[in-house]
Amino acid sequence: MFFSLGRKAIIALAVITIFIGSRLALAQETIKVGILHSLSGTMAISETTLKDSVLMLIDEQNKKGGALGKKLEAVVVDPASDWPMFAEKARDLLAKEKVAVVFGCWTSVSRKSVLPVFEELNGLLFYPVQYEGQESSKNVIYTGAAPNQQAIPAVDYLLGEGSKRFVLVGTDYVFPRTANKIVEAYLLKKGVAQEDIITYYTPFSHSDWQSIVADIKRIGGTGRKTAVISTINGDANVPFYKELAAQDISASAIPVMAFSVGEEELSGVDAKPLVGHLAAWNYFQSVDNPANAEFIKKWKAFIKDPKRVTNDPMEATYLGFNLWVKAVEKAKTTDVDAVLKAIVGLETPNLTGGVAKLLPNHHLTKPVLIGEIEENGQFQVVWETESETPGDAWSDYLPESVDLIADWTAPINCGNYNGKTQKCLGAEKKAETAK
Amino acid sequence: MVFLGRLSIASSLALALLTMALMTLTWSARLGAGDANSDEVFSAAVVKSLISSKVGDRDLAIAELGRDSSPLAGQILAGLLKGRLYVDRQSGAFYWEEAGLKLLWPLADGPALEAAPTNARKVAVNNRQRELIEGLLSLRALFDADVKNRRVASGALIGAPNVDWAVINERLAVETDERVLDNLKVVQALGSLRDPQASAASKLAALTELERLYAPAAQEDIKALAIDSNLELAKAAQRTLRLMDARAQRLALAETVFFGLSLGSVLVLIAIGLAITFGVMGVINMAHGEMAMLGAYTVWALQSVWPGQPGLALILALPTAFLVSGMVGASIELTVIKPLYQRPLETLLATFGLSLILQQAARKGISSMNVAVSSPDFMSGQWAITNNFSVTQGRVIIIVFCLLVFAAVSLILRKTRLGLEIRAVTQNRAMARALGAPASRVDTLTFALGSGVAGVSGVALSQLTNVGPNLGQDYIVDSFMVVVFGGVGNLWGALVGGLIIGVANKFLEPVNGAMLAKITIMVGVILFIQRHPKGLFPQRGRVASF
Amino acid sequence: MKAFDQAFKIFTLALTVATLTIGVGCLGFSEPLIAPSTVGLLGKYLSYAILALSIDLVWGYMGVLSLGHGAFFALGGYAFGMYLMRQIGALGVYGDVSRPDFMVFIGLEKLPWPWLGSEYFPVAILMTILVPAALALAFGWTAFRSRVSGVYFSIMSQALTYALMLAFYLNSLGFGGNNGFTDFKKILGFDVHSLGITVALFVASALVLWLAIVACRLLVTSRLGLVMVAIRDHEERVRFAGYKVENVKVAVFVFSAILAGLGGALYAPQAGIINPSLFSPIFSIEMVVCVALGGRGSLYGAIFGAFLVNYVKSRLSTLAPDLWPFILGTIFVLVTIFGQGGAWGFLRRGWGKLMGEKAVGYEPSN
Repeated sequence: MFFSLGRKAIIALAVITIFIGSRLALAQETIKVGILHSLSGTMAISETTLKDSVLMLIDEQNKKGGALGKKLEAVVVDPASDWPMFAEKARDLLAKEKVAVVFGCWTSVSRKSVLPVFEELNGLLFYPVQYEGQESSKNVIYTGAAPNQQAIPAVDYLLGEGSKRFVLVGTDYVFPRTANKIVEAYLLKKGVAQEDIITYYTPFSHSDWQSIVADIKRIGGTGRKTAVISTINGDANVPFYKELAAQDISASAIPVMAFSVGEEELSGVDAKPLVGHLAAWNYFQSVDNPANAEFIKKWKAFIKDPKRVTNDPMEATYLGFNLWVKAVEKAKTTDVDAVLKAIVGLETPNLTGGVAKLLPNHHLTKPVLIGEIEENGQFQVVWETESETPGDAWSDYLPESVDLIADWTAPINCGNYNGKTQKCLGAEKKAETAK
Repeated sequence: MVFLGRLSIASSLALALLTMALMTLTWSARLGAGDANSDEVFSAAVVKSLISSKVGDRDLAIAELGRDSSPLAGQILAGLLKGRLYVDRQSGAFYWEEAGLKLLWPLADGPALEAAPTNARKVAVNNRQRELIEGLLSLRALFDADVKNRRVASGALIGAPNVDWAVINERLAVETDERVLDNLKVVQALGSLRDPQASAASKLAALTELERLYAPAAQEDIKALAIDSNLELAKAAQRTLRLMDARAQRLALAETVFFGLSLGSVLVLIAIGLAITFGVMGVINMAHGEMAMLGAYTVWALQSVWPGQPGLALILALPTAFLVSGMVGASIELTVIKPLYQRPLETLLATFGLSLILQQAARKGISSMNVAVSSPDFMSGQWAITNNFSVTQGRVIIIVFCLLVFAAVSLILRKTRLGLEIRAVTQNRAMARALGAPASRVDTLTFALGSGVAGVSGVALSQLTNVGPNLGQDYIVDSFMVVVFGGVGNLWGALVGGLIIGVANKFLEPVNGAMLAKITIMVGVILFIQRHPKGLFPQRGRVASF
Repeated sequence: MKAFDQAFKIFTLALTVATLTIGVGCLGFSEPLIAPSTVGLLGKYLSYAILALSIDLVWGYMGVLSLGHGAFFALGGYAFGMYLMRQIGALGVYGDVSRPDFMVFIGLEKLPWPWLGSEYFPVAILMTILVPAALALAFGWTAFRSRVSGVYFSIMSQALTYALMLAFYLNSLGFGGNNGFTDFKKILGFDVHSLGITVALFVASALVLWLAIVACRLLVTSRLGLVMVAIRDHEERVRFAGYKVENVKVAVFVFSAILAGLGGALYAPQAGIINPSLFSPIFSIEMVVCVALGGRGSLYGAIFGAFLVNYVKSRLSTLAPDLWPFILGTIFVLVTIFGQGGAWGFLRRGWGKLMGEKAVGYEPSN
């Protein structure tokens, strides 16, 4: 009995050892680049493209000799659209794979999930999607649009086109909630009456839009020029647009301005009935520019599909990647702190003919473009800002963040600095507890 | 002849029809001014403004074209609207794009060009210009021979500022169709409401007319009138508003019922297949949604084979999807389900694994993104029952289709030999075998039937929602709910249950929003099942016990 | 005692060895020998194992398949997450002491009433137990009394967790909507990311799992346990024999929900985030699959299954990010078809042969 128990214990121990067994990292002369995008689950629809984009960029860079004389090596993981898994994989990438930088995340919640991990392990994340703002982390570079680089210009455009009444339709999560709050505050400031701002929130993947679209038709049919501002998320867009078409709402009668619909979403839908509806982004594939043409050509060749499209988050990924390479070359190391120090103030040409500059608040300067959907699923640019708009981490239109700024350069070095009280919120206490 | 300005209600269907109409335009020189000599009309200035990169220049060109009464000008406007118009920057020739480029002007009946001439560029217009053009085209279409086009055009003119009254009056004098007349009268009445010079008496008359005809588009103007200093007028306006409100509510009620039925029919369609595999056979098929996904992909595949024939592809997709999903279902039954008949709950686990595999197969094999499925003409557009109440054509078709599928499955189960065997095997397997029913084969066929029906429901879903790897997941919980709510093992249950859930959902949605409506329905069904554990239509006897 | 057989002793030994290894490996040396991320991951698996155990108790021993057990797990997690959110205090980005960040964000002026008392640790623990128990009592009582059973019960429990998921997505509910709770800073005043707390959470998870096993073993080997198995095998007969089947079912179901809730409470700080996706039916089904894979009707099997599935998932999604759903799906299918009694049953048979014992003849039936 004792013997058999002992044998069992040894076997059990062996199993546990194998189970826990840490792997020895092979010393290789490469720089590891982590890619943290969902390849399965609901978000795979959007995120797989970004994984491929980073792979392409790494490929390109390696052809140019890599960085610091070393080749770049991609480490791809699949967080499977599962938010806790994002945190787990981020920890994996930083602690086990020891990657120099991570490109990843799409949804707000995935970013929120990995944020503490990046701050704890002092990693570096490039986040390539337009988002709700109200955040600036030392360890994150936000290469997508902040609300002031998307929502405000879009509303200005609609007002300029004579819209007097606004229906805000969105999926019930943070980005639409915040974007709508900012839009509403801005509209009220511009003299739009409160009763002319109507808001609808729907569940994720909402597929039956009959009632809401009928409401929109009714609201827009009373003789006051109406526009819809849509912050509908991913999946729910196709049924929404299909219902708009089915109920005969044309863009000229009630235009829909979308913040989350790009070329890729449109490639999954027959765009004919959508002609004229609008989207606000910082990049469109249709922008006529040599750098863009080359990027599109390379992308189609890399993905081996002439029909594939490019979109705004891809450009954001491109910008982030180039900035990172530049910063690494400047800092002569991949050490996160050195790279972060080097990267602020760096500039890189964007794909629409301008320049993206990394601001001290870890956001970029970006042009804002308004496009109308064309029959082929591309956008015709109908309006654009004169010059690049600097990204604003904390909205000036929300009472709780009016006084906040983010500045990651000395002497402030803080993501949520209250300009009025001259205090860095939260962080101050942190310093105390550290003592 | 200037009618610059906005038309607030215009419809894209209208414009599709308009374009067709304009191609065969019989109307001529009615608008007076610019006469038939088209060579003079298309001055170099127009061409130049059209190809100019400045938006304002194009506005001028459109206005110019609007003053021109020739059919060609109409066609060019239509071309602009639909994005089919190309202009040669050098020669100033216009082309119409339709399976290649066709020379539109200078007039020539040549064959279509394969590719655009080097200097030809598509003329782009923006939303505001589209609105302008729609107004211009609508006025033209008032004189169309086809009454349908006239109805749409007259409806589109309601609420348009700066309407040319001469044209309206001219048409009013000769128009015979009730609906067109009504629309034009609304246009007129609205005009006098907006006219600052109009007398109180004529405004009162206009109010009476609007009250009779019910024109929601006039609501804002009547509201403005309701606080008029003229008390009589204000009172009348308030009355009209009240009546319009009441009318609107009645219409909304009818609409809600329709929306509910259509949502319900979608649920029923997905649930019928499940009512067979889960309800009749007792297999908890978690891959049921993926069977629907296969059906939806079939539509996409067939539409890719015949890009020009989306309608034909959709119809052909019905039998194809049935076969594809049915065959996949049969092979699943043979390989995975058969060894598990003694352990029905474990089918859940195996089919869950299958659903993972099928989803990832779609992601790797086709694309991780959604694919584009287009809706043929008969599935899009509105079917106007009255001037103010219309239903979506595609939804009507889906409701009818749902009933047809239900009838077909019922017939198979009730009237065919297979149906008899299915019922026999599921009610008493041993006895059925003893009486000579090939139980094993019947199982396979039943599962194939359920899967095939799921595939057919996927064809319908492809017209409403995303076609992609996630399609199945979005519906699986709902469809199980429908089957359990209706009563497992009962097709009628699935039908009635699905429709009830759909209608209830649509009635709740305006009250407490889309999110809470869905939650309320879920909780409602849970509570119902707690009171009536066997659902709406409990299966009698010893059949439905697992 | 019957409850504490040889398997129990092995299990206890293994758990102790693992805990000691990790404790000493992490804290005993100046530089931790075992990566803290591994400890966190294992701790998370332990919390899944507690959930799997709770599912197995009602399914494997009582024949009640709940496809919504994730709801109890998530509720426990949320109850404890509320405490963790309150511990952030002024460390949040807005520096607001009275409200968590997301409330400032969506403009909730003051704490909604469910947050009452959530700043106290004992209250949090109490809520972790009470909330899942209350839901299980309400749901189980109505369901079992009206004899909702079999697949009906499974689908209803699935609908329950689905409805809760939709509800927790609502931003207006005051639980953070889709983002849920994240960015935890402290627990009992200590830094939640510190090595000590990471190890402490692991040890706590191991301890709770061990206590759960003890309780479950005592339960299933008691007279009540016999009644449970009898209900599973022939409910009607038990009822005719005069037992109050409903009461037994409700009691065990509530107990199981409490276990799941405790698992969730341990999960929240270790995963670093809790959001409504835990309420999704897919998560619950995955956990049921863990149980089936490990071996239904064997408590150790459930634990083994939870470890196995989640470990495989973690590893494969890094090693074969494109293909892992194929592999995992295939494993599910094959194990269901060929692996009677699950992987644990397979191991036990193999073990028996290895030890020269006669095969242990216990196989759960439907």
